[in-house]
Amino acid sequence: MDFDLTEEQESFRRTVREFAEEVVRPRAVEFDRTGEFPLDIVRRMGELGLFGIPFPEEWDGQGADLTTLCLAIEELGRVDSSVAITLEAGVGLGAMPIFLFGTQEQKRRWLPPLCRGEALGAFGLTEPGGGSDAGATRTTARLEGGEWVIDGSKAFITNSGTAITSLVIVTAVTGERPDGRKEISAIVVPAGTPGLTVGPSYRKLGWHASDTHELTFSNCRVPEDHLLGERGKGFSQFLRILDGGRVAIAALAVGLTQGCLDESVSYARERTAFGRPIGAFQALQFKLADMRVAVETARLATYRAAWLRDRGRPFTAEALIAKLHASEVAVAAAREAVQVHGGSGYIDDVPVARFYRDAKILEIGEGTSEIQRLLIARDLGLPDARS
Amino acid sequence: MKIVVLVKAVPNPTGTPEIGEGFRLKREGVELALDPGDEYGVELGLQLAEQTGGEVTYVSMGPAGATAAVRRALSMGGDRAVLVTDPALAGADALATARVLAAAVGRQPFDLVIAGAESTDGYTGTLPMAVAELLGVASASFARRVELRDGAIRLERQTADGYDVVECPLPAVLTVTAGVASPRYPTLKGIMQAKQKPFEQLTVADLGLSAEEVAATQTVERVDAAPERGRGELVQDAGDGAARIAEFLAEAKVI
Ligand SMILES: Cc1cc2nc3c(=O)[nH]c(=O)nc-3n(C[C@H](O)[C@H](O)[C@H](O)COP(=O)(O)OP(=O)(O)OC[C@H]3O[C@@H](n4cnc5c(N)ncnc54)[C@H](O)[C@@H]3O)c2cc1C
Repeated sequence: MDFDLTEEQESFRRTVREFAEEVVRPRAVEFDRTGEFPLDIVRRMGELGLFGIPFPEEWDGQGADLTTLCLAIEELGRVDSSVAITLEAGVGLGAMPIFLFGTQEQKRRWLPPLCRGEALGAFGLTEPGGGSDAGATRTTARLEGGEWVIDGSKAFITNSGTAITSLVIVTAVTGERPDGRKEISAIVVPAGTPGLTVGPSYRKLGWHASDTHELTFSNCRVPEDHLLGERGKGFSQFLRILDGGRVAIAALAVGLTQGCLDESVSYARERTAFGRPIGAFQALQFKLADMRVAVETARLATYRAAWLRDRGRPFTAEALIAKLHASEVAVAAAREAVQVHGGSGYIDDVPVARFYRDAKILEIGEGTSEIQRLLIARDLGLPDARS
Repeated sequence: MKIVVLVKAVPNPTGTPEIGEGFRLKREGVELALDPGDEYGVELGLQLAEQTGGEVTYVSMGPAGATAAVRRALSMGGDRAVLVTDPALAGADALATARVLAAAVGRQPFDLVIAGAESTDGYTGTLPMAVAELLGVASASFARRVELRDGAIRLERQTADGYDVVECPLPAVLTVTAGVASPRYPTLKGIMQAKQKPFEQLTVADLGLSAEEVAATQTVERVDAAPERGRGELVQDAGDGAARIAEFLAEAKVI
């Protein structure tokens, strides 16, 4: 067993940490307050190559792997979840489907600007009518005169309305399968296509500077060649996308948990009560010890899932486990970090207050905790409630 | 244009380094990092090389553990690095260091040698000028802006109350301040490429220097803690606050 990262990965982690501390941290409060999308920071992340990490150089990527992407997301997540999720969704949901399922021509057309971070892609799976039950997709696409005509709507779509959003990949019902179930396919809709309406930004509990919109499609037409991969493969495609996405979300959760631990340890050293630093009280020491256990176990689970994927081995169950565990310990760590900070932890501009608001979504996005448990249980070979 | 950037690995640049034997900084068994003050020179060197289609060589002297710090500069860009490392150099003073660096730089033709104004560990600020003297070339210090002219550089030289505009013929040794360029972060690709770039390690003998030439001629007698900084002056605003602050700033020659 080898738990060491490569020398390059260590240097890279340090670089992203410096970037997060020097460039992102000073702006985090401002972004959290205004909810403005941090376009200039995203541009600099692009220059650093972050959006191209797991893609080959041929597409202007960095030729690295999921583990390296996780390191970047973790280091950003330690400081600011909104910036970290912008990277996670841009790479994992926006660019990855094109890389994995696109034709050479589609890759040539769309991938390089995404890898350079000059453009952002979004992935529209969830609908106002439901997210967990993706089979219940209502958005439709029909072929008409060499064009896909899309009608329907998508909810909570990350990176779908930024100034540099170039495309949204939508899942839509394109027919009926021989067994009577819906045939679902993924179609690339370039930003600005007539018939695609981007709703206003949601006011969210956290992730304030992450860009999230409802999208409506009404007689929205794109050329037939915008179908991503094979017709009818939409379902298996997004399952594959979510495998990697879950590991990346777990990395974000690890970063947030580490941020909670770092903030709490330094506060517990400085703050005094009853004539002593509060860190001298065992009640708080135990909280911090638990937080450390949480971050270590979550990190191990996350890196292991990424490691499996980077070796081309099956990693679906490990991704579910990492996502479930890391997001749940993140929410708990954020709650305890606020507790360690007392009243000041409840003040919005204090990092742990922001972490507390940012953490909750980790148990919801890219599959809720219930769905993770359901799939982990199914992987044990337990009977399926549906049949 | 052939550019040399002098870089140094310093112990724990963001904290307080430990003092070891003979009042010398501990450089072995501690984490060494590229001197943050050197990154400005690295950035300037890279920009000038990009403008002129030139090349950048890093030259450093330090313990064997300094390679990672020098590689950090390579991951920002540049073509190759030379590290002079030799047990005989432990405790080298500024003059001995200058002899070593001048010998290492002088092995190849160069147009411009760039260094930080001072290192964040030793702070003598004398080394680059000594290197210029030993190389027998012109020198200019405290550049906050640099422009290339035909066969020369034109720079804004930071002074206590403004700046001088100086033109300096090439080849030359130049020291830069933090304002000269904002250092880039290494990209992942840069980090991977850095490992492939030529990285030479030389000893004192390789440079044709004798042990006497690199022996320290200075000894440190004592190291004291810096005096506590006095508390700032609190101006109570009794209607004249702004005027008193302006007065204070004028006295400090800031305005
Ligand atoms: C900020 C933000 C960003 C997002 N970004 C994207 C994006 O970019 N792309 C995208 O497609 N989606 C995105 N989403 C949507 C997100 O993935 C969904 O919200 C999530 O999958 C849950 O779906 P839902 O909201 O419809 O909840 P529902 O599916 O309605 O679930 C409601 C509750 O019921 C539970 N539940 C549902 N089914 C079961 C079951 N079988 N067994 C047990 N419990 C069950 C759920 O766990 C949950 O607790 C985003 C959401 C947010 C808030």
